[in-house]
Parts: sequence; structure tokens; C-alpha cells
Amino acid sequence: MAKKSPTINGGSMSDISFLLLTFFLLTSSINTDLGIARKLPPPLPPDAPKPEIHDRNVFKVAVNFRDELQVQGKLADIADLRDMAKEFLANPNNNPKMSEKKMEDIAGLGPVAVSKGVVSLRNDRGTSYEMYVRVQNELTAAFHELRDELSQERFGIRFNDLTKDADIEAIQKAIPLTISEAEPTAVGTTK
Amino acid sequence: MGKFNKNAKKATPEINTGSMSDIIFMLLFFFMVITTMRESTLFVRINPPQASEVQKLEKKSLVSYIYIGPPIDAQKFGTEPRIQLNDQMSGVRDITQFIEAERQARDEVDRPLMTTSIKADKSVKMGIVTDVKQELRKVNALKINYSTSKGKDIHANRQ
Repeated sequence: MAKKSPTINGGSMSDISFLLLTFFLLTSSINTDLGIARKLPPPLPPDAPKPEIHDRNVFKVAVNFRDELQVQGKLADIADLRDMAKEFLANPNNNPKMSEKKMEDIAGLGPVAVSKGVVSLRNDRGTSYEMYVRVQNELTAAFHELRDELSQERFGIRFNDLTKDADIEAIQKAIPLTISEAEPTAVGTTK
Repeated sequence: MGKFNKNAKKATPEINTGSMSDIIFMLLFFFMVITTMRESTLFVRINPPQASEVQKLEKKSLVSYIYIGPPIDAQKFGTEPRIQLNDQMSGVRDITQFIEAERQARDEVDRPLMTTSIKADKSVKMGIVTDVKQELRKVNALKINYSTSKGKDIHANRQ
């Protein structure tokens, strides 16, 4: 013990802990919730007129209390729902049983054939939430894929990668998210 | 004066920075503890359904949560799915008041941006969810979000 041990410089210690502190400050806000965003229709006055929609423009989706899916009057599998919805809305072969299209001049895109199709979703009070979310998910996916396709065609990138607000708005106008929900039936309420 | 001259020749004494790290560590622990705390303790079991087309819920301060699920304490609350608002079990009728209170707590400019997040268990039936949605429509809280966990796209391997 001839020599005194040298003191360790504690100055850099604070730097290290500062780094840790900033790391936790940043990461703590990252865990955001995920979910499917929807907008509910505003409450209607009871004497409001029913909107006139041509029958061919309505894509009818119904789910019963046994979680069975019916699309356009026929039993269907959830795996096919997305493609059926896409085909109905885009109507590439101008099938007279599928949605009509209207040429519209959209800023940034020029004339685009905008589908008049509306997805009508009806469920039962006994439908499980899981099934409902799966159907909503598939319908949302159909719209997202259509938007992606149009965005790829016009801008060369996917819809989610678009950065300019004007481009995003133009695509949203060309393919509006038209999902309408009917008042649910009440067959399977006992469960 | 001699005394002062003697001092002036010496280098200024270093400030001891050793305690600095202790202070920062305390701050660090504070934030670590704060971030793990939940806003409210759950009385209902929530196992969210999975979806692939999810969006991030932005501006957490503008989100109010409605929890729907079977109660954890089945002896006290039964097994039927219930609604939880803030820290208590509620009925469908309490939603109006809940949303009104949430609105009052926010700045007026932020009120149109408020979102209601519906956190429901996947076993819940749509009846109760529909009732909640109708209540939300009545009070004009139209921006909603069905809380889900990120799941696999069922068409992921198609392309």
C-alpha cells in the first residue's frame, strides 16, 4: 500500500445515465394502440328521407348469430370476401350486376371512374365481436388494396407510402371508404 | 492580501460530479416506474381480436377508452360481458356522461379530434357493442377505433 489508488473519474457516469434516460423517455411513448379506425354516421332525425341507392350499387354483407357469412344473398367464406368486394367495387368487366361507375375529375389524378358502390354490412346482435372485426378487416383490406393499386398505377408507390397530402386526398376521393352499417337484427340475443 | 495571492495561484477546484449521476439515475428510475403504470386497472378480461389492416392510434391524450368484456371477478359481477369506463363497472347509459366528462377535460380546439377506442374481448357479442355505438352516436362521438392486436393477413401468402 505504498501508492494510493487513483480515483475513477465519475464525470462520464452522468453521460451514460443521460443516455439511458433519453432512451427511456423516447421508447415510453412508442407503444401505441392499434386498431381499425371507423367513423360512425351522425345521428339522423327520425323524419330524414332514406337515401336513394340503386340496388346494383349495394354490396350486401350479412353475418348471423352463428357467425355465418352471407354475401349478396349467398353463403360465403370469409377468405373470399375481400376478392368479392374488390371485384364488385372495381367492376373491371362492367358487369351490369355490379356497381356503377361515374367519371369524375379529381385534382391531381384527372378523370377517374369512381365507383358508386356501397358496402352494406348487417350483423346480428348475437354475432361475435371476433367475427365482426374479421369481416370489417377484410372489407377494409379490399378498399386498401384498391387504393394501393390505383396509387401504384398513378404514382408508382403504395398508398401508405404516399407523403403528399394532395396525393393522399386524391386517392381517397377516387376510392372512398363506403361501408354502411345497418341496424342489427335481434335473432340470437339469448346467448 | 497575502492570503488571497496564495489562492489565486492555485487552479480552481473541480466540482464533484459524482453525485450528478445519482440525480440522473433517480430521474431514470422515476420514468421507468411511471411508464409501466396503466391508466386504469381492468376489471374485465380483454383478449382483443386480431386484424391486419390496423392503424396506429395517434395522440393518446385525445383517446378515451371503453372496455367491454367478461368480468375477471365472476363471483362479484357475474359472467355476462360488462362495460368498464375509467375505473368502474358501468352500464350503457353511463356512456353519455362519460363522453361528456372526457370532453370537458380537453381543450376546445382538441374536441373534434377526440377518438373513442373500443377495447372489447373477442368473445363479446355484437349486441352490447352495437348499444355502445348507438350511445356514441347520440353524443356525437363519431370517431371510433376497434382495438385489435396485429394479426396475420389471411391472404399474406397469396401474392
